[in-house]
Amino acid sequence: MKQAIIFWLFRVMSFAVVAILFSIIGFIVFRGIGAISWEFLTSEPTDGMTKGGIFPAIVGTFYLVIGSMLVAFPIGVMSGIYMNEYAGNNFFVKIIRIMTNNLGGIPSIVFGLFGMSLFVNKLNFGDSIIAGSLTLGLLALPLIIRVTEEALKSIPDSYRHGSLALGATKLQTIGRVVLPAAFPNIMTGLILSIGRVSGETAPILFTAAAYFLPKLPSSIYDQVMALPYHLYVIATSGTDLEATRPMAYGTALVLITIVLIMNLIANFLRRKFSK
Amino acid sequence: MKLEAKNVNFFYGDFHALKDINMIIEENSVTAFIGPSGCGKSTFLRLFNRMNDLITDTHLDGECLVGGQNIYDKSVSVDELRKTVGMVFQKPNPFPKSIYENVAYGLRVNGVKDKAIIEETVVKSLQQSALWGEVKDKLKKSAYALSGGQQQRLCIARALAVSPSVILMDEPASALDPISTSKIEELIFELKNQYTVVIVTHNMQQAARVSDKTGFFMLGEMIEYADTKKIFLNPDKEQTQNYITGRFG
Repeated sequence: MKQAIIFWLFRVMSFAVVAILFSIIGFIVFRGIGAISWEFLTSEPTDGMTKGGIFPAIVGTFYLVIGSMLVAFPIGVMSGIYMNEYAGNNFFVKIIRIMTNNLGGIPSIVFGLFGMSLFVNKLNFGDSIIAGSLTLGLLALPLIIRVTEEALKSIPDSYRHGSLALGATKLQTIGRVVLPAAFPNIMTGLILSIGRVSGETAPILFTAAAYFLPKLPSSIYDQVMALPYHLYVIATSGTDLEATRPMAYGTALVLITIVLIMNLIANFLRRKFSK
Repeated sequence: MKLEAKNVNFFYGDFHALKDINMIIEENSVTAFIGPSGCGKSTFLRLFNRMNDLITDTHLDGECLVGGQNIYDKSVSVDELRKTVGMVFQKPNPFPKSIYENVAYGLRVNGVKDKAIIEETVVKSLQQSALWGEVKDKLKKSAYALSGGQQQRLCIARALAVSPSVILMDEPASALDPISTSKIEELIFELKNQYTVVIVTHNMQQAARVSDKTGFFMLGEMIEYADTKKIFLNPDKEQTQNYITGRFG
Protein backbone atom coordinates (compact mmCIF):
# COMPACT_ATOMS: atom_id res chain seq x y z
CA MET A 1 0.00 0.00 0.00
CA LYS A 2 2.67 2.41 1.06
CA GLN A 3 4.75 1.35 -1.94
CA ALA A 4 1.84 1.93 -4.26
CA ILE A 5 1.44 5.50 -3.03
CA ILE A 6 5.13 6.23 -3.44
CA PHE A 7 5.27 4.80 -6.96
CA TRP A 8 2.16 6.72 -7.82
CA LEU A 9 3.87 9.88 -6.61
CA PHE A 10 6.90 9.13 -8.78
CA ARG A 11 4.68 8.60 -11.75
CA VAL A 12 2.83 11.86 -11.24
CA MET A 13 6.13 13.69 -10.92
CA SER A 14 7.51 12.29 -14.15
CA PHE A 15 4.31 13.11 -15.99
CA ALA A 16 4.51 16.59 -14.53
CA VAL A 17 7.96 17.04 -16.07
CA VAL A 18 6.67 16.08 -19.47
CA ALA A 19 3.63 18.29 -19.03
CA ILE A 20 5.75 21.29 -18.10
CA LEU A 21 8.03 20.79 -21.09
CA PHE A 22 5.14 20.46 -23.49
CA SER A 23 3.29 23.44 -22.08
CA ILE A 24 6.37 25.63 -22.49
CA ILE A 25 6.89 24.50 -26.06
CA GLY A 26 3.16 24.64 -26.79
CA PHE A 27 2.92 28.14 -25.37
CA ILE A 28 5.84 29.38 -27.48
CA VAL A 29 4.48 27.71 -30.60
CA PHE A 30 0.99 29.03 -30.00
CA ARG A 31 2.13 32.61 -29.44
CA GLY A 32 4.93 32.61 -31.99
CA ILE A 33 3.64 30.70 -34.99
CA GLY A 34 1.65 33.69 -36.21
CA ALA A 35 4.81 35.74 -36.57
CA ILE A 36 6.66 33.15 -38.59
CA SER A 37 6.70 33.83 -42.30
CA TRP A 38 9.24 33.63 -45.07
CA GLU A 39 9.70 37.35 -44.75
CA PHE A 40 10.25 37.12 -40.99
CA LEU A 41 13.04 34.58 -41.49
CA THR A 42 14.75 36.32 -44.39
CA SER A 43 14.48 40.05 -43.88
CA GLU A 44 16.03 42.62 -41.61
CA PRO A 45 14.27 44.33 -38.74
CA THR A 46 12.74 47.67 -39.79
CA ASP A 47 10.87 50.56 -38.27
CA GLY A 48 12.79 50.61 -35.00
CA MET A 49 12.58 46.80 -34.73
CA THR A 50 8.80 46.81 -34.70
CA LYS A 51 8.50 45.29 -38.14
CA GLY A 52 10.55 43.20 -40.51
CA GLY A 53 12.37 40.00 -39.65
CA ILE A 54 15.23 38.48 -37.76
CA PHE A 55 17.54 37.40 -40.56
CA PRO A 56 20.65 39.19 -39.21
CA ALA A 57 20.13 37.56 -35.82
CA ILE A 58 19.87 34.10 -37.38
CA VAL A 59 23.04 34.71 -39.37
CA GLY A 60 24.79 36.14 -36.31
CA THR A 61 23.93 33.15 -34.15
CA PHE A 62 25.08 30.89 -36.96
CA TYR A 63 28.48 32.64 -37.12
CA LEU A 64 28.89 32.60 -33.36
CA VAL A 65 28.10 28.89 -33.18
CA ILE A 66 30.55 28.05 -35.97
CA GLY A 67 33.21 30.28 -34.43
CA SER A 68 32.82 28.91 -30.93
CA MET A 69 32.98 25.31 -32.19
CA LEU A 70 36.12 26.08 -34.19
CA VAL A 71 37.63 27.22 -30.90
CA ALA A 72 36.23 24.63 -28.52
CA PHE A 73 36.14 21.45 -30.59
CA PRO A 74 39.86 21.01 -31.36
CA ILE A 75 40.98 22.16 -27.92
CA GLY A 76 38.35 20.10 -26.13
CA VAL A 77 38.90 16.93 -28.12
CA MET A 78 42.68 17.17 -27.83
CA SER A 79 42.50 17.72 -24.07
CA GLY A 80 40.07 14.83 -23.74
CA ILE A 81 42.42 12.57 -25.69
CA TYR A 82 45.38 13.65 -23.60
CA MET A 83 43.55 13.07 -20.35
CA ASN A 84 42.14 9.68 -21.22
CA GLU A 85 44.84 8.17 -23.42
CA TYR A 86 48.14 9.65 -22.31
CA ALA A 87 48.08 11.16 -18.87
CA GLY A 88 47.11 8.12 -16.80
CA ASN A 89 45.31 8.75 -13.57
CA ASN A 90 47.83 10.84 -11.72
CA PHE A 91 47.35 13.75 -9.38
CA PHE A 92 47.81 16.31 -12.14
CA VAL A 93 45.02 14.84 -14.25
CA LYS A 94 42.69 14.66 -11.27
CA ILE A 95 43.30 18.39 -10.73
CA ILE A 96 42.55 19.12 -14.39
CA ARG A 97 39.38 17.06 -14.18
CA ILE A 98 38.16 18.88 -11.08
CA MET A 99 38.99 22.22 -12.69
CA THR A 100 37.15 21.25 -15.86
CA ASN A 101 34.06 20.30 -13.89
CA ASN A 102 34.22 23.56 -11.97
CA LEU A 103 34.62 25.47 -15.20
CA GLY A 104 31.37 23.88 -16.34
CA GLY A 105 29.64 25.17 -13.24
CA ILE A 106 30.61 28.83 -13.64
CA PRO A 107 27.60 31.04 -14.46
CA SER A 108 27.66 32.11 -18.07
CA ILE A 109 27.52 35.81 -17.20
CA VAL A 110 30.94 35.37 -15.57
CA PHE A 111 32.25 34.01 -18.86
CA GLY A 112 30.76 37.10 -20.47
CA LEU A 113 32.62 39.42 -18.11
CA PHE A 114 35.85 37.50 -18.55
CA GLY A 115 35.47 37.55 -22.32
CA MET A 116 34.86 41.25 -22.27
CA SER A 117 37.92 42.07 -20.21
CA LEU A 118 40.26 39.69 -22.05
CA PHE A 119 39.09 39.51 -25.67
CA VAL A 120 37.22 42.78 -26.10
CA ASN A 121 39.44 45.11 -24.08
CA LYS A 122 42.83 43.54 -23.43
CA LEU A 123 43.27 41.92 -26.84
CA ASN A 124 41.39 44.78 -28.42
CA PHE A 125 39.06 42.71 -30.59
CA GLY A 126 36.19 45.00 -29.67
CA ASP A 127 32.62 43.74 -29.64
CA SER A 128 32.98 41.23 -32.44
CA ILE A 129 32.28 37.77 -33.76
CA ILE A 130 35.76 36.66 -32.76
CA ALA A 131 35.44 37.91 -29.17
CA GLY A 132 31.99 36.32 -28.84
CA SER A 133 33.14 33.06 -30.40
CA LEU A 134 36.12 32.79 -28.07
CA THR A 135 33.92 33.47 -25.06
CA LEU A 136 31.27 30.96 -26.12
CA GLY A 137 34.04 28.52 -26.97
CA LEU A 138 35.36 28.72 -23.39
CA LEU A 139 31.84 28.08 -22.17
CA ALA A 140 31.47 24.98 -24.34
CA LEU A 141 34.94 23.64 -23.55
CA PRO A 142 34.16 21.74 -20.32
CA LEU A 143 31.24 19.94 -21.94
CA ILE A 144 33.30 18.89 -24.96
CA ILE A 145 36.23 17.72 -22.82
CA ARG A 146 33.89 15.69 -20.63
CA VAL A 147 32.06 14.12 -23.55
CA THR A 148 35.33 13.27 -25.31
CA GLU A 149 36.75 11.68 -22.19
CA GLU A 150 33.60 9.64 -21.60
CA ALA A 151 33.47 8.59 -25.24
CA LEU A 152 37.09 7.41 -25.14
CA LYS A 153 36.58 5.67 -21.81
CA SER A 154 33.78 3.60 -23.31
CA ILE A 155 36.13 2.14 -25.94
CA PRO A 156 37.30 -1.25 -24.62
CA ASP A 157 41.01 -1.72 -24.00
CA SER A 158 40.89 -4.88 -26.11
CA TYR A 159 40.78 -2.65 -29.22
CA ARG A 160 43.85 -0.76 -28.08
CA HIS A 161 45.72 -3.94 -27.20
CA GLY A 162 44.76 -5.56 -30.49
CA SER A 163 46.15 -2.62 -32.39
CA LEU A 164 49.34 -2.29 -30.34
CA ALA A 165 49.97 -6.03 -30.67
CA LEU A 166 50.04 -5.58 -34.46
CA GLY A 167 52.93 -3.15 -34.13
CA ALA A 168 50.86 0.01 -34.43
CA THR A 169 52.19 2.98 -32.49
CA LYS A 170 50.12 4.55 -29.78
CA LEU A 171 49.28 7.49 -32.01
CA GLN A 172 48.20 5.18 -34.85
CA THR A 173 46.10 3.21 -32.39
CA ILE A 174 44.32 6.34 -31.21
CA GLY A 175 43.93 7.79 -34.68
CA ARG A 176 42.83 4.67 -36.53
CA VAL A 177 40.96 2.61 -33.97
CA VAL A 178 40.05 4.49 -30.81
CA LEU A 179 38.92 7.83 -32.25
CA PRO A 180 36.83 6.39 -35.10
CA ALA A 181 35.05 4.15 -32.60
CA ALA A 182 34.46 7.05 -30.22
CA PHE A 183 33.53 9.49 -32.97
CA PRO A 184 29.71 9.17 -32.85
CA ASN A 185 29.66 9.92 -29.14
CA ILE A 186 32.04 12.84 -29.58
CA MET A 187 29.79 14.19 -32.35
CA THR A 188 26.83 13.89 -30.02
CA GLY A 189 28.67 16.06 -27.51
CA LEU A 190 29.52 18.55 -30.20
CA ILE A 191 25.91 18.90 -31.26
CA LEU A 192 24.68 19.19 -27.68
CA SER A 193 27.15 21.97 -27.09
CA ILE A 194 25.98 23.69 -30.27
CA GLY A 195 22.50 23.63 -28.79
CA ARG A 196 23.81 25.07 -25.56
CA VAL A 197 25.92 27.76 -27.20
CA SER A 198 23.24 28.93 -29.62
CA GLY A 199 20.88 29.69 -26.74
CA GLU A 200 23.33 31.56 -24.49
CA THR A 201 22.79 35.27 -24.02
CA ALA A 202 25.04 36.33 -21.18
CA PRO A 203 28.41 35.47 -22.74
CA ILE A 204 27.71 37.49 -25.89
CA LEU A 205 26.04 40.39 -24.11
CA PHE A 206 29.33 42.25 -23.63
CA THR A 207 31.41 40.58 -26.31
CA ALA A 208 29.58 40.29 -29.61
CA ALA A 209 25.91 41.10 -29.69
CA ALA A 210 24.57 44.26 -31.25
CA TYR A 211 21.34 45.84 -30.13
CA PHE A 212 20.33 46.66 -33.65
CA LEU A 213 22.43 46.12 -36.73
CA PRO A 214 20.48 45.68 -39.93
CA LYS A 215 23.47 44.80 -42.10
CA LEU A 216 25.27 41.49 -42.13
CA PRO A 217 28.83 41.29 -40.77
CA SER A 218 31.65 41.51 -43.28
CA SER A 219 34.52 40.27 -41.11
CA ILE A 220 35.12 38.45 -37.85
CA TYR A 221 35.85 41.80 -36.21
CA ASP A 222 32.28 42.98 -36.81
CA GLN A 223 29.51 42.99 -34.27
CA VAL A 224 26.50 40.82 -34.98
CA MET A 225 22.93 40.44 -33.87
CA ALA A 226 22.11 37.11 -32.24
CA LEU A 227 18.84 35.34 -31.59
CA PRO A 228 18.87 35.08 -27.79
CA TYR A 229 19.99 38.65 -27.31
CA HIS A 230 17.54 39.93 -29.92
CA LEU A 231 14.79 38.15 -28.03
CA TYR A 232 15.89 39.82 -24.83
CA VAL A 233 15.94 43.22 -26.53
CA ILE A 234 12.55 43.10 -28.19
CA ALA A 235 10.99 41.61 -25.10
CA THR A 236 12.33 44.18 -22.64
CA SER A 237 13.74 47.28 -24.22
CA GLY A 238 12.30 47.67 -27.67
CA THR A 239 10.62 50.80 -28.87
CA ASP A 240 7.12 49.39 -28.72
CA LEU A 241 6.96 46.31 -26.50
CA GLU A 242 3.28 45.52 -26.97
CA ALA A 243 3.43 45.71 -30.75
CA THR A 244 6.52 43.51 -30.98
CA ARG A 245 5.28 40.81 -28.60
CA PRO A 246 4.43 38.41 -31.46
CA MET A 247 7.88 39.00 -32.94
CA ALA A 248 9.46 38.14 -29.61
CA TYR A 249 7.58 34.84 -29.51
CA GLY A 250 8.45 34.25 -33.14
CA THR A 251 12.12 34.72 -32.31
CA ALA A 252 11.80 32.39 -29.33
CA LEU A 253 10.18 29.79 -31.57
CA VAL A 254 13.03 29.98 -34.07
CA LEU A 255 15.61 29.67 -31.30
CA ILE A 256 13.86 26.78 -29.59
CA THR A 257 13.45 25.02 -32.93
CA ILE A 258 17.17 25.29 -33.65
CA VAL A 259 18.05 23.87 -30.22
CA LEU A 260 15.49 21.07 -30.47
CA ILE A 261 16.67 20.09 -33.93
CA MET A 262 20.25 19.97 -32.64
CA ASN A 263 19.20 17.70 -29.77
CA LEU A 264 17.23 15.45 -32.09
CA ILE A 265 20.21 15.09 -34.41
CA ALA A 266 22.40 14.26 -31.41
CA ASN A 267 19.95 11.59 -30.29
CA PHE A 268 19.65 10.19 -33.76
CA LEU A 269 23.42 9.91 -34.14
CA ARG A 270 23.79 8.25 -30.77
CA ARG A 271 21.14 5.70 -31.62
CA LYS A 272 22.40 5.07 -35.12
CA PHE A 273 25.94 4.30 -34.03
CA SER A 274 25.45 2.68 -30.63
CA LYS A 275 24.00 -0.57 -31.87
CA MET B 1 62.49 -17.65 -34.68
CA LYS B 2 63.79 -19.15 -31.49
CA LEU B 3 62.58 -17.74 -28.18
CA GLU B 4 64.63 -17.83 -25.05
CA ALA B 5 64.16 -16.78 -21.44
CA LYS B 6 67.22 -16.36 -19.23
CA ASN B 7 66.76 -16.08 -15.45
CA VAL B 8 63.47 -14.29 -15.86
CA ASN B 9 61.94 -12.78 -12.74
CA PHE B 10 58.88 -10.60 -13.07
CA PHE B 11 57.09 -8.46 -10.51
CA TYR B 12 53.70 -6.77 -10.34
CA GLY B 13 54.55 -4.16 -7.73
CA ASP B 14 55.81 -6.32 -4.84
CA PHE B 15 54.20 -9.49 -6.12
CA HIS B 16 56.78 -11.91 -7.47
CA ALA B 17 54.85 -13.32 -10.45
CA LEU B 18 57.58 -15.24 -12.29
CA LYS B 19 60.49 -16.89 -10.54
CA ASP B 20 63.80 -17.71 -12.19
CA ILE B 21 62.47 -19.02 -15.46
CA ASN B 22 64.85 -20.42 -18.04
CA MET B 23 63.44 -21.79 -21.24
CA ILE B 24 64.25 -22.29 -24.90
CA ILE B 25 61.40 -22.47 -27.40
CA GLU B 26 62.38 -24.00 -30.74
CA GLU B 27 61.31 -22.42 -33.99
CA ASN B 28 58.59 -23.90 -36.15
CA SER B 29 57.08 -25.76 -33.27
CA VAL B 30 54.03 -25.44 -31.08
CA THR B 31 54.72 -24.95 -27.40
CA ALA B 32 51.95 -25.03 -24.84
CA PHE B 33 51.98 -23.45 -21.38
CA ILE B 34 49.67 -25.11 -18.89
CA GLY B 35 49.03 -24.59 -15.23
CA PRO B 36 46.41 -23.41 -12.75
CA SER B 37 45.00 -19.87 -12.94
CA GLY B 38 47.36 -17.23 -11.66
CA CYS B 39 50.43 -19.41 -12.18
CA GLY B 40 52.09 -16.80 -14.39
CA LYS B 41 51.83 -18.55 -17.77
CA SER B 42 50.01 -15.65 -19.46
CA THR B 43 52.36 -13.14 -17.88
CA PHE B 44 55.29 -15.13 -19.22
CA LEU B 45 53.73 -15.27 -22.69
CA ARG B 46 53.15 -11.52 -22.77
CA LEU B 47 56.80 -10.87 -21.98
CA PHE B 48 57.70 -11.93 -25.51
CA ASN B 49 55.81 -9.11 -27.25
CA ARG B 50 56.20 -6.73 -24.34
CA MET B 51 52.48 -6.40 -23.72
CA ASN B 52 53.29 -6.28 -20.01
CA ASP B 53 54.81 -2.86 -20.69
CA LEU B 54 51.24 -1.56 -20.78
CA ILE B 55 50.74 -2.43 -17.13
CA THR B 56 52.11 0.17 -14.73
CA ASP B 57 54.36 -0.71 -11.81
CA THR B 58 55.84 -3.89 -13.23
CA HIS B 59 59.46 -4.91 -13.24
CA LEU B 60 61.52 -7.49 -15.11
CA ASP B 61 64.86 -9.04 -14.23
CA GLY B 62 66.67 -11.29 -16.66
CA GLU B 63 66.54 -11.49 -20.43
CA CYS B 64 63.97 -12.43 -23.04
CA LEU B 65 65.47 -13.20 -26.42
CA VAL B 66 63.71 -13.41 -29.75
CA GLY B 67 65.95 -14.72 -32.51
CA GLY B 68 68.96 -14.17 -30.27
CA GLN B 69 68.19 -10.49 -29.59
CA ASN B 70 67.30 -9.33 -26.07
CA ILE B 71 63.99 -7.62 -26.70
CA TYR B 72 64.21 -5.53 -23.53
CA ASP B 73 67.40 -3.91 -24.76
CA LYS B 74 67.10 -0.13 -25.12
CA SER B 75 67.88 -0.31 -28.85
CA VAL B 76 64.82 -2.45 -29.57
CA SER B 77 61.73 -0.75 -30.97
CA VAL B 78 58.62 -2.16 -29.34
CA ASP B 79 56.49 -1.50 -32.43
CA GLU B 80 58.94 -3.39 -34.64
CA LEU B 81 59.11 -6.24 -32.13
CA ARG B 82 55.34 -6.62 -32.17
CA LYS B 83 55.38 -6.93 -35.95
CA THR B 84 57.71 -9.90 -35.56
CA VAL B 85 55.91 -11.38 -32.58
CA GLY B 86 52.17 -11.38 -33.20
CA MET B 87 49.49 -12.09 -30.64
CA VAL B 88 46.01 -13.56 -30.46
CA PHE B 89 44.00 -12.73 -27.36
CA GLN B 90 41.69 -14.76 -25.17
CA LYS B 91 38.55 -12.95 -26.23
CA PRO B 92 38.22 -12.28 -29.96
CA ASN B 93 38.86 -8.54 -30.31
CA PRO B 94 38.33 -7.52 -33.94
CA PHE B 95 38.22 -3.78 -34.55
CA PRO B 96 34.81 -2.22 -35.24
CA LYS B 97 35.64 -2.15 -38.94
CA SER B 98 34.92 -4.31 -41.93
CA ILE B 99 36.35 -7.81 -42.22
CA TYR B 100 38.66 -6.59 -44.96
CA GLU B 101 39.87 -3.57 -42.99
CA ASN B 102 40.58 -5.69 -39.94
CA VAL B 103 43.06 -7.80 -41.86
CA ALA B 104 44.46 -4.84 -43.80
CA TYR B 105 45.01 -2.86 -40.59
CA GLY B 106 48.50 -4.17 -39.82
CA LEU B 107 49.66 -3.32 -43.35
CA ARG B 108 48.16 0.15 -43.27
CA VAL B 109 49.86 1.07 -40.00
CA ASN B 110 53.06 -0.20 -41.60
CA GLY B 111 52.64 2.37 -44.32
CA VAL B 112 51.74 -0.08 -47.10
CA LYS B 113 49.74 1.93 -49.65
CA ASP B 114 49.74 -0.36 -52.68
CA LYS B 115 46.18 -1.62 -53.04
CA ALA B 116 47.18 -4.74 -54.95
CA ILE B 117 49.62 -5.80 -52.24
CA ILE B 118 47.08 -5.16 -49.49
CA GLU B 119 44.37 -7.11 -51.27
CA GLU B 120 46.69 -10.01 -51.98
CA THR B 121 47.81 -10.15 -48.35
CA VAL B 122 44.25 -9.95 -47.04
CA VAL B 123 43.16 -12.86 -49.22
CA LYS B 124 46.22 -14.92 -48.35
CA SER B 125 45.86 -14.31 -44.62
CA LEU B 126 42.18 -15.20 -44.65
CA GLN B 127 42.99 -18.38 -46.55
CA GLN B 128 45.73 -19.25 -44.07
CA SER B 129 43.36 -18.82 -41.16
CA ALA B 130 40.77 -21.03 -42.90
CA LEU B 131 38.22 -18.25 -42.97
CA TRP B 132 38.30 -17.28 -46.64
CA GLY B 133 35.54 -19.61 -47.80
CA GLU B 134 33.16 -18.27 -45.16
CA VAL B 135 33.77 -14.56 -45.68
CA LYS B 136 34.84 -14.09 -49.30
CA ASP B 137 31.42 -12.70 -50.27
CA LYS B 138 31.08 -10.33 -47.34
CA LEU B 139 34.47 -8.71 -46.88
CA LYS B 140 32.87 -5.27 -46.57
CA LYS B 141 30.61 -6.42 -43.74
CA SER B 142 31.38 -5.54 -40.13
CA ALA B 143 33.65 -8.01 -38.33
CA TYR B 144 31.04 -8.15 -35.60
CA ALA B 145 28.61 -9.82 -37.97
CA LEU B 146 30.77 -12.95 -37.62
CA SER B 147 30.39 -15.65 -34.98
CA GLY B 148 32.81 -15.79 -32.05
CA GLY B 149 34.85 -18.54 -33.64
CA GLN B 150 35.01 -16.73 -36.96
CA GLN B 151 36.02 -13.55 -35.16
CA GLN B 152 38.88 -15.38 -33.50
CA ARG B 153 40.07 -16.75 -36.85
CA LEU B 154 39.79 -13.21 -38.20
CA CYS B 155 42.08 -12.07 -35.39
CA ILE B 156 44.51 -14.80 -36.37
CA ALA B 157 44.35 -13.65 -40.00
CA ARG B 158 44.93 -10.09 -38.82
CA ALA B 159 48.04 -11.21 -36.96
CA LEU B 160 49.31 -13.25 -39.94
CA ALA B 161 48.90 -10.32 -42.32
CA VAL B 162 51.91 -8.48 -40.87
CA SER B 163 53.98 -11.65 -41.51
CA PRO B 164 55.28 -12.30 -38.02
CA SER B 165 57.75 -15.09 -37.20
CA VAL B 166 56.23 -15.88 -33.83
CA ILE B 167 52.58 -16.08 -32.84
CA LEU B 168 51.60 -15.91 -29.18
CA MET B 169 48.15 -17.19 -28.31
CA ASP B 170 46.64 -16.46 -24.94
CA GLU B 171 43.90 -19.07 -24.42
CA PRO B 172 42.65 -18.49 -27.95
CA ALA B 173 39.81 -21.00 -27.75
CA SER B 174 38.61 -20.54 -24.19
CA ALA B 175 35.66 -18.36 -25.23
CA LEU B 176 34.63 -20.61 -28.13
CA ASP B 177 32.34 -23.58 -28.68
CA PRO B 178 33.81 -27.07 -29.36
CA ILE B 179 33.49 -26.89 -33.15
CA SER B 180 35.18 -23.50 -33.36
CA THR B 181 37.79 -24.79 -30.95
CA SER B 182 38.66 -27.74 -33.14
CA LYS B 183 38.96 -25.40 -36.13
CA ILE B 184 41.38 -23.21 -34.23
CA GLU B 185 43.37 -26.28 -33.19
CA GLU B 186 43.66 -27.54 -36.76
CA LEU B 187 44.79 -24.08 -37.70
CA ILE B 188 47.48 -24.04 -35.02
CA PHE B 189 48.71 -27.35 -36.34
CA GLU B 190 49.00 -25.89 -39.84
CA LEU B 191 50.70 -22.73 -38.65
CA LYS B 192 53.72 -24.41 -37.14
CA ASN B 193 55.12 -25.12 -40.60
CA GLN B 194 55.85 -21.44 -40.97
CA TYR B 195 55.68 -19.92 -37.52
CA THR B 196 56.82 -20.45 -33.98
CA VAL B 197 53.59 -20.83 -32.05
CA VAL B 198 53.27 -20.47 -28.29
CA ILE B 199 49.89 -21.14 -26.77
CA VAL B 200 48.62 -20.68 -23.22
CA THR B 201 45.74 -22.96 -22.43
CA HIS B 202 43.61 -24.11 -19.54
CA ASN B 203 42.51 -27.09 -21.53
CA MET B 204 44.97 -29.94 -21.08
CA GLN B 205 43.52 -32.04 -23.88
CA GLN B 206 44.13 -29.09 -26.13
CA ALA B 207 47.76 -28.86 -25.08
CA ALA B 208 48.12 -32.60 -25.64
CA ARG B 209 46.52 -32.37 -29.09
CA VAL B 210 48.32 -29.41 -30.60
CA SER B 211 51.70 -28.97 -28.99
CA ASP B 212 55.15 -30.46 -29.48
CA LYS B 213 56.43 -29.29 -26.15
CA THR B 214 54.63 -28.36 -22.98
CA GLY B 215 55.68 -26.24 -20.03
CA PHE B 216 53.89 -26.68 -16.71
CA PHE B 217 53.73 -23.60 -14.49
CA MET B 218 52.70 -23.32 -10.88
CA LEU B 219 52.84 -20.34 -8.50
CA GLY B 220 55.19 -18.42 -10.78
CA GLU B 221 57.63 -21.25 -11.27
CA MET B 222 58.17 -23.41 -14.29
CA ILE B 223 57.90 -26.86 -12.77
CA GLU B 224 58.59 -28.93 -15.82
CA TYR B 225 59.22 -28.38 -19.51
CA ALA B 226 59.55 -31.29 -21.92
CA ASP B 227 58.08 -33.02 -24.95
CA THR B 228 54.32 -32.99 -24.69
CA LYS B 229 54.20 -36.77 -24.81
CA LYS B 230 56.51 -37.05 -21.88
CA ILE B 231 54.62 -34.45 -19.83
CA PHE B 232 51.34 -36.24 -20.30
CA LEU B 233 52.52 -39.85 -20.13
CA ASN B 234 55.52 -39.88 -17.90
CA PRO B 235 56.30 -36.58 -16.16
CA ASP B 236 59.34 -36.34 -13.94
CA LYS B 237 57.75 -34.21 -11.25
CA GLU B 238 54.98 -35.26 -8.94
CA GLN B 239 53.30 -31.84 -9.15
CA THR B 240 52.98 -32.22 -12.92
CA GLN B 241 51.57 -35.71 -12.51
CA ASN B 242 49.02 -34.44 -9.99
CA TYR B 243 47.95 -31.56 -12.19
CA ILE B 244 47.45 -33.48 -15.40
CA THR B 245 45.60 -36.29 -13.69
CA GLY B 246 43.35 -33.75 -12.00
CA ARG B 247 44.49 -34.57 -8.50
CA PHE B 248 45.72 -31.06 -8.06
CA GLY B 249 43.76 -29.23 -5.36
